[in-house]
Amino acid sequence: MLAWAVIRPRGWPEAVAAVPAAALVIATGAVSPRAALAEAGRLAPVIGFLAAILVLAQLCDDEGLFRACGTWMARRSAGRPRRLLAQVFATASAITAVLSLDATVVLLTPVVYSTSAQLGARPKPHVYACTHLANSASLLLPVSNLTNLLAFAASGLAFPRFAALMALPWLAAIATEYLVLPRFFAADLDAGAQGMPAAQPAGAPVFVLVTVAATLAGFVAASAAGVNPAWAALAGAAVLAARALAQRRTTAIAIGRSAAVSFLVFVLALGVVVQAVVTNGLGRALDPLVPGGTSLPALLATAALGAALANLINNLPAVLVLLPLAAPAGPGAVLAVLVGVNIGPNLTYTGSLATLLWRRVLHERGSGPSLGEFTRLGLLTVPAGIVVAVLALWASLHVIGG
Amino acid sequence: MTDAPVPPAAAPPSPAAGNRTVIVWVTEGTWRGCVDAARTLAPADAAIVLLHVSPEEVPGAAHGAYAGLLGRGHPERDPGPRLAELAAASAGELLAAAAQRLGRPCTRAERRGRVEREVVAAAAGAGLLILARDGDRSRLGPKSLGRADRFVVDHAPCPVLLVWPDDAPGTDTIPPPPPRPPHHRPHRR
Repeated sequence: MLAWAVIRPRGWPEAVAAVPAAALVIATGAVSPRAALAEAGRLAPVIGFLAAILVLAQLCDDEGLFRACGTWMARRSAGRPRRLLAQVFATASAITAVLSLDATVVLLTPVVYSTSAQLGARPKPHVYACTHLANSASLLLPVSNLTNLLAFAASGLAFPRFAALMALPWLAAIATEYLVLPRFFAADLDAGAQGMPAAQPAGAPVFVLVTVAATLAGFVAASAAGVNPAWAALAGAAVLAARALAQRRTTAIAIGRSAAVSFLVFVLALGVVVQAVVTNGLGRALDPLVPGGTSLPALLATAALGAALANLINNLPAVLVLLPLAAPAGPGAVLAVLVGVNIGPNLTYTGSLATLLWRRVLHERGSGPSLGEFTRLGLLTVPAGIVVAVLALWASLHVIGG
Repeated sequence: MTDAPVPPAAAPPSPAAGNRTVIVWVTEGTWRGCVDAARTLAPADAAIVLLHVSPEEVPGAAHGAYAGLLGRGHPERDPGPRLAELAAASAGELLAAAAQRLGRPCTRAERRGRVEREVVAAAAGAGLLILARDGDRSRLGPKSLGRADRFVVDHAPCPVLLVWPDDAPGTDTIPPPPPRPPHHRPHRR
């Protein structure tokens, strides 16, 4: 089923294989229907949360938020590539944290490319910054990454507490990238920018910004009131959707499509399949590898295991496998898993060896880009980023308390 | 010892049309220096080719990032092809601006791939390749050549004209020679 998700024959959605696979593990008794239902019940709120964030990000794009980011980055960079890179870091880190890594990869990266082309700067450092930060800057909030949403549900942490514990690791991971990337791409950045300054002034999408800020405040307020913060995301998405529909700038169908129903079904089915694999041996096999406790060495080992597993399979199944094993040691261990599975995918082009191998074998024979540069950059940022972020997490756990 | 007769100046190895071709490597950030060099230094009858190469790893990295998002489906949301389109458009604009600055007839060549290898391949059979330094431009030295430039200079199959994209730094930017090792003694004859 993983192979199917990676290969995606004929462009069929992943759910086409995932749902029968989930049905199969239930039918063969690998998972009892009761356990599968419980797993689905546990995942359903997470998936609803995810859908709301996906819709919110798409509506932000429709309302011009990302175009405005491009204008803002162009203006602030004053035609200097190193300053543009700093703006890209700020923007990509914020977008990833608030609107999830999908928004950075799908919606922000093309804008960043256009901005650098418009300035006449070489696009490579800025595009690589986006792809890297989509992973390493996805530590901050539960909504930043689907892995976080899954862990958030498992950790029992409140939304503000999750953010408080992850703020320092998030900054540490971004700082590591910021130390490495400008040096790695020094030649491209020093080449300067000789562009055609054609900054078309675009007004800031105030309504969108206010809605997103209110949604963030809503996450905190909902947690304080003991309500699932997913409702805040839903409210934010509903406000933007209602406005866009009233002004006839989108359709209900487009909004429905941006919720990516097949993806949501896929996650649900993946959860059931992974549960079957974990209860039937993998859990026992991995259990000795998961260190208990939240001492610094244990946190480092947990994060390293997360990164290794994320690179072998993919970080989504990796987090589903590791969560039940790490959760008994407390929220600290769960967050260490996240550090590993979120930063780790930067090591391999396409995020995991499984994806890379299958895609190369079946889709893109001989036409893939050179992996050398990507891998060298990953080797420079990923191990360092994980160590620094775990140190920051350990410090946060001591100061704030797990 | 008598002076050996001076051999006659070698004629150009081949007066074929290819040898009158001057390739100007146009890259973001440094293209103006190259175009200006072609304008002032290329022979009047040279056939000038403005060459731009889009690095394939840029759309590749975006595609890889999307492919790493398991379960998203929707190949039409993959930013890789979108970036490739944007790259083609911006290469076209850059070459148009370069042609305008050159102000004489020329042809434009757009390639996509590993930049340094594409440039070397495009220079096969050319009479001259003009490129700009793309490394540290604050001082004279080997670091003023970036990786791609270094590869092209090392592997170019034709003469190379290497220009500073803007004013060259002064000769005082060369670090002083290292002190002589202490054990050094003048040779006794």
